[in-house]
Amino acid sequence: MTAAGPEAAPRPLAGLTAPPAVEIEGVTRSHRGRRGAEPVLANDGISLTVHPGEVFGLLGPNGAGKTTLVRQIVGALHPDAGRIRVLGHDITVDPRRAPRLLAYLGQDEPALRELPVGLAVETTGRLRGLSRAEARSRRDVLLDELGIGEVHRRPLLALSGGQRRLAHVAAALIGERPLLVLDEPTTGLDPVARRAVWAALDRRRAAGVTVVLVTHNVLEAETVLDRVAVLDRGRVIACDTPGRLKAMVSDEVRLDLVWRGAPAADDPTVALLAQSAVVSGRRWSIRLPREQAREALGRLTAGPALESLDDFTLATPSLEDVYLALGGRDRDLERG
Amino acid sequence: MTTPLALAPGLPGAFAAVYAGQVSRAKASRGPLLFVATLQSVGILLLLRGVVDTGDGVTGQQIVAGSTVLVVAFVALNLLAQRFGALRGDGGLDHYAALPVPASAVVLGTAASYATFTVPGAVLTAVVGCLLYGLPLAHLWVLLLVLPLAGASLAGIGALLGLLAPRPELATVAGQLGMSAVLFLGVVPAERLPLVLQAVRALLPSSYAADALARALGPRVEITSLAPDLAICAVAAVLSLALASTAYRRAVRR
Repeated sequence: MTAAGPEAAPRPLAGLTAPPAVEIEGVTRSHRGRRGAEPVLANDGISLTVHPGEVFGLLGPNGAGKTTLVRQIVGALHPDAGRIRVLGHDITVDPRRAPRLLAYLGQDEPALRELPVGLAVETTGRLRGLSRAEARSRRDVLLDELGIGEVHRRPLLALSGGQRRLAHVAAALIGERPLLVLDEPTTGLDPVARRAVWAALDRRRAAGVTVVLVTHNVLEAETVLDRVAVLDRGRVIACDTPGRLKAMVSDEVRLDLVWRGAPAADDPTVALLAQSAVVSGRRWSIRLPREQAREALGRLTAGPALESLDDFTLATPSLEDVYLALGGRDRDLERG
Repeated sequence: MTTPLALAPGLPGAFAAVYAGQVSRAKASRGPLLFVATLQSVGILLLLRGVVDTGDGVTGQQIVAGSTVLVVAFVALNLLAQRFGALRGDGGLDHYAALPVPASAVVLGTAASYATFTVPGAVLTAVVGCLLYGLPLAHLWVLLLVLPLAGASLAGIGALLGLLAPRPELATVAGQLGMSAVLFLGVVPAERLPLVLQAVRALLPSSYAADALARALGPRVEITSLAPDLAICAVAAVLSLALASTAYRRAVRR
């Protein structure tokens, strides 16, 4: 799988007459508070278009409104205002069409929890309209593709978190739909399993399937997405290819310093960096132009401040830096 | 220009798939609860055998019938209310909301699987009851009518309670209370209850199932005499399952 470079354009449309895979216009949705508590505005006038055949990401920290948005796309929640079309069908008017157009993977699948893996996948396939024989043969292929064939008799409850998530992914992939809406499909997966999911998605994309993928993992966003919408507090703060988004902050780098004890406040370089550092525990994170970063690091490592420095890294910009540069305020995006 | 919709499974296909999944789920997780349900009813049979004068025969019939229907209430009403309450509370209904399944298939398939699992415990309770209270075993074939009808009507109520309860804990409480009502009002003969409770008893479909079974355990059974009670049970089953399907539709699209 290739990462989209800065020059990457949205993938060509599957056909000029094909409708957008998802069209979201001005979608607003609040969660009603319990017992008279103030409603929380989870989506605030979101507009987005997902083109056919692309892997489109929704990136943002917890609470940004990503899950609320995808639950509206799949018809499980109704927007307070706005309109959502899926493959040309207005889901806000008739949400029952959504399940006949798309497959959805939620953050958890409690309905499948006690089922053996094979039966969970088979049943989901039958409920998507496959015959029992078709569902069984597709199930076998999918479990092998995701590398969980040997646990097909075990209930999901009894599996490790990673294997359970792979079983959820298999349930989402059975009964091929032209649109997959996946809410954090790789959370809790080890790198090998994560690559298995990415490869499975890539094969479907090659066959023309559109994928909408929620993530708060920056690496995943940069590796697999054709385009990404960055969400913060219910709004879209940017939407483009990962490459173009990163180009917005390409003249800057991130310097991370981890201190052993209290950093020497009288060191002029430390004092200068302290002004713009985002501190979490012993870690300082500073975004600054390349040249300045190089000089600051040189002075730190050559001077007495090195004594109290435990570790340091200098990194090129990631989507996390884009998020922060655009005014994002939460800091729980995952880097690994 | 729109993309054509994929085919959706019909009601029978979706029902069969939901039912098969739920039965398998139950095999894995409901065994111990089923044991408890049966033990509770057999315990009540033993307890009342020791403390109640059942010389008139009718009291014994009512106790055996009430205890048998109680097994159904434990699983189909109480456990099903908890199941739907939990699914609603933890987002499990999203799974079904994103599948092209008729609401009635999810409710009926789940209800039918819970009702199925009451059968071994209910039959065992009835047989032990008849032996303990000296009642004829010959008429136990009536269970073939009573169990499905009691199961369907109580499962409908259980599903409805679970889907309407705003929080899973309230679904559990409602299921427990419903089961207690079935226990108390089904085991105690109607004429020994205060008027208010007689009215409540008349509202519970399980009472009609218990009454039909009680009559069947007498020395002579006329099937026609059971018909009115069983008919009421059937109507209650249709009504409660229809209401539960409506409640399900509302719960999956908010």
